[in-house]
Formats: sequence, structure tokens, C-alpha cells
Amino acid sequence: MILKLANSIDYFFITWANLSLRFVRELGKILLFGSDSIRMFFHKPFRYLEIVRALEFVGNQSLVIISLTGLFTGLALSFQIYLGFKMVNAVNLVGPTVALGISRELGPVLTGLIVAARAGGAMAARLGTMRVNEQIDALDVMGVNTKQYLVAPRVFAAILCTPLLTAVFDAVAMFGAWFLCVHLVSLDEAIFWDRIRATIEIRHIMEGLFKASVFGLFFSVICTYRGFNTSGGAKGVGEATNGGVVTSMVLIIILDYFLTSFIRIYYSFAGITT
Amino acid sequence: MSQPVNELENAIVISDLKKTFNQVDYVLQGIDLKIPKGSLTAIIGFSGTGKSVILKHILGLYQPTSGSIEVLGRDLSQLDADGMTEFRKNFGVLFQGAALFDDMSVLENVCFPILEHQKNLTEAEIIDRAGKKLVQVGLNEKDFQKLPSQISGGMQKRTGLARALALDPEILFYDEPTTGLDPILTEMVDDLIVETHRHRPGITSVMVSHDLAASFRIADFVVMLHAGRVLLSGVPNVFFKTDNELVKTFVTKGMRI
Repeated sequence: MILKLANSIDYFFITWANLSLRFVRELGKILLFGSDSIRMFFHKPFRYLEIVRALEFVGNQSLVIISLTGLFTGLALSFQIYLGFKMVNAVNLVGPTVALGISRELGPVLTGLIVAARAGGAMAARLGTMRVNEQIDALDVMGVNTKQYLVAPRVFAAILCTPLLTAVFDAVAMFGAWFLCVHLVSLDEAIFWDRIRATIEIRHIMEGLFKASVFGLFFSVICTYRGFNTSGGAKGVGEATNGGVVTSMVLIIILDYFLTSFIRIYYSFAGITT
Repeated sequence: MSQPVNELENAIVISDLKKTFNQVDYVLQGIDLKIPKGSLTAIIGFSGTGKSVILKHILGLYQPTSGSIEVLGRDLSQLDADGMTEFRKNFGVLFQGAALFDDMSVLENVCFPILEHQKNLTEAEIIDRAGKKLVQVGLNEKDFQKLPSQISGGMQKRTGLARALALDPEILFYDEPTTGLDPILTEMVDDLIVETHRHRPGITSVMVSHDLAASFRIADFVVMLHAGRVLLSGVPNVFFKTDNELVKTFVTKGMRI
């Protein structure tokens, strides 16, 4: 009985140690891959065409879905907050509460999740397919730096476009909130905007945009890494895509908490009251 | 081609090359191999004997666990990443599935390596050069603007070969060029390899294949691998005269197929 227990404890620690080792090894590889790709972005030749293509794909092609999600998030959130605040006679605060929630949390997080699912998934699938079809090997033997050609433009586009899309999300969500508050539940428009102006500062919006940039960096590096290192044919491509998207989405949620804490610490050092 | 391999100038020299991916099993267990300059050499063997792994080592895509690889007189281990990228301009590779970029037309695929490495050429000159390579491998001008998905497997191989030839490489590699093709297409690709080799004096061609009949028919030298080692190498005739039972079995069965 004691021997069995000892074996089980042994097994538990060995498994845990192996998993930890694998996690650290994989994390190291991802960090090296990401830093290498970012470094290559600043090396000649600059891949203008690839950068424009990536910007168009990550940014432009995400606009409709981001706008649609933003609009309905703004409508739903403002409605819920209106219902809650009505009970305590604080409906005048619906505008600033929605604005704060959208600009600091929901805007960057939802945009990050949507873009990671749409563009990140496509990045992993595209690079994975290129890997299993030997197109990446072909680029390598043609003397093309594949990280510079395939990865760096995508990472750059994600870092730049995710905050821009977040700004769009914020604006459309606020439009939704305004529409609901002023036209559907008949709050005073002047009070709605006045309260927002009095509460919201530019740093609240910048905070969200900064988070979005970090989310863009993480999901693009993870998804391109998974795609770039795909093996095992169509099944491998599916696994890389799925793995890239799921890891990115979970990481965005976790990162959001740490970034929020980091920003609060920064504010307290800078003497800014939140 | 009766001259012994050892007496010829070599394009590729591999010495005691070993490779393991998991620190336990060795895919390559000490390969010693010399590929003469200007020859058409076929590397043959059963599946999983390490043929493609050798190829990827020569191309610098894999790092040896131990041993050395010298290509065109340069020790690959002495090249850093940038040096390797530069050195690869000497190579042309026809991949098993042609590995064409699916979002580029046939012509763009061939223009791509020229555009990457011949910055001094004008757009018109690049297109003209790529067009000539495509015509050389038997493609018609009307197919130049088609996407790889819109052309046949044989045409994809031709495009892949034109792309491999785009920078006038000193060594041309063929990775399982006829795998998965029907007999007519196989013969067409074999003829294409021979033609390409003959029309480019001095070019070294290395073909990794398990198509024995084709290898013996078109290659000047044949290298047979087994279990990560060179089992036999020499001119094709050597393989028909050997007493080695494994080679005999492989050759008999392979030629029957």
C-alpha cells in the first residue's frame, strides 16, 4: 500500500517535472522565434509588399466583423448598465461607465479575441500549409529569409492593426451605447456626453490601445510559430491552427489581468489617480 | 562515365555524417559520400533510409549531429545563417510536390528568385528571363498567367524545374521527382531531368529517388542507402554485378516494379 502510494507520488512529480520542462522549452522557442522575427523586420530588404498585404488582411478584412461586434456590445452593455443604474437612480452615469468599460477592457479584449480567431487562425493555417507543401523549404533554399518574409510582416501588421481595430470597436460601441441611451431609453443626450467628457481621459483610451498592441504581438507570434513549425500533413495544419487560436485566446484573457495590474502599478508610481 | 568516382573533382563531399533527432535513434549512421562535379547522381534506397535527410543536410536545412559536409569546396559548418542564405544561390531544387507558391502565377513563381537576387535587372528583363526558363522546360506562353492550381501535375513539375533553374545554379537537386506520378508523366519528368542536365554543361544534378528503373536509366552514378549508411555506390552497372544480397533483392524487385 505504502509502496503504491510512493509510486503514485513519484509518477505525479515526474509527470509534473516533464510537463514543466516541456512548457519552459516551448516558451523559450516561442520567445526566440518572436524576437528573431521582430529583429528581422528591421533588416533589409524591407518587405513593403508583404507588409501592405498583411496590413490589408489583418486590418481591413477585420473591419466589418469588429464593427458589428462593437455595435452590439455597446448596445447590450449600455442596456444592462442602464437597467442596473436605474434601480439606484444613477442613469446619468451610464455613459461614462460604458465608456470606461469599453475603452479599458472590453474594447481591447474582444478585439484581441476576434482578430486572434480570424487573422491568427488564418496565419497559422497559411504557414502550416506552406510548411507541409514544402513552400517554406523552397523559400529557404532560394536564399530567402523566411522569418523576414513570412513572419515579420504578419507580426508587425498585428501589432499595428489590433489597436487601430480596437479604436474602431470603441467608437462603434459608443455609438451603440449612445443610440440605446438617447433613442431607445430616452436619456438626456447632453448629460450623456457631458458625463463622458468629464470622466474619460485620453489615457483611458491609450491604456486599451496599449493592451491591444500587446495582444496583437502575442497572438501573431504564437500563431505564426505554430504554423511555421507544423508537421504531419493536413492533420498537422488543423492542429497548428486550433492550437494557435486556443492558446492565443486563453493568453489574451490571462494577459489582460496582468497588463491591468501593471498599468495600475505604473499609475501609482507616476502619481496618477485612476 | 567509366572514370572512378574518387578520381573526379567532387561537387559534394560528405564525411562520417551522423544525424539523430531524439539523441537515441540515428537516422544517418556515418555517411561517407562523394558526388562528382558535372555528374547526374541518384541517391536511392528503401523508404526511411535517410535519403531526404541527406538532401536537407546538403541544402543546410538540417544541422549534422556529427560529421562534415563540403559543397563546392565550402565546409557548410563554417557558414553562418547569412552565409548559408547567400551560398544557397548556388542551388536549385525541384521538390516532390513542386512546392509552387499557390498565390502566384506560373510566371511569377519563376520571377520570384530572380527578383530576390538579381536586383540590378529591370522588370522587363526579369520577365524575359523567367519566360525563357519556362519555354526551356516546355511550357507554353499561354499558361504563364495561370495559377498552379489551374495547371496539371506535369506542368507544375516543369514550372518547379524552371524556378529551380532561374538563377542558373551550379547544383540542381531533385527530391523524389516522380513520386505519385503516372508512368507517362514519370517518363516525361525523367526525360526532362536528362535534357536539363545535358543542356547545361558543368551542372551537377543530384536526384533522391526510390524509382530504381529511372535512376539506373538516367544517372551517371548511383548511391544506395540502407539503414542510414551507404550500402553501395558507383556506376549503374556495379549494381547488377554485385554479390550483396540486399542490393540484389532491392534491384530485382525495384526493376520489376
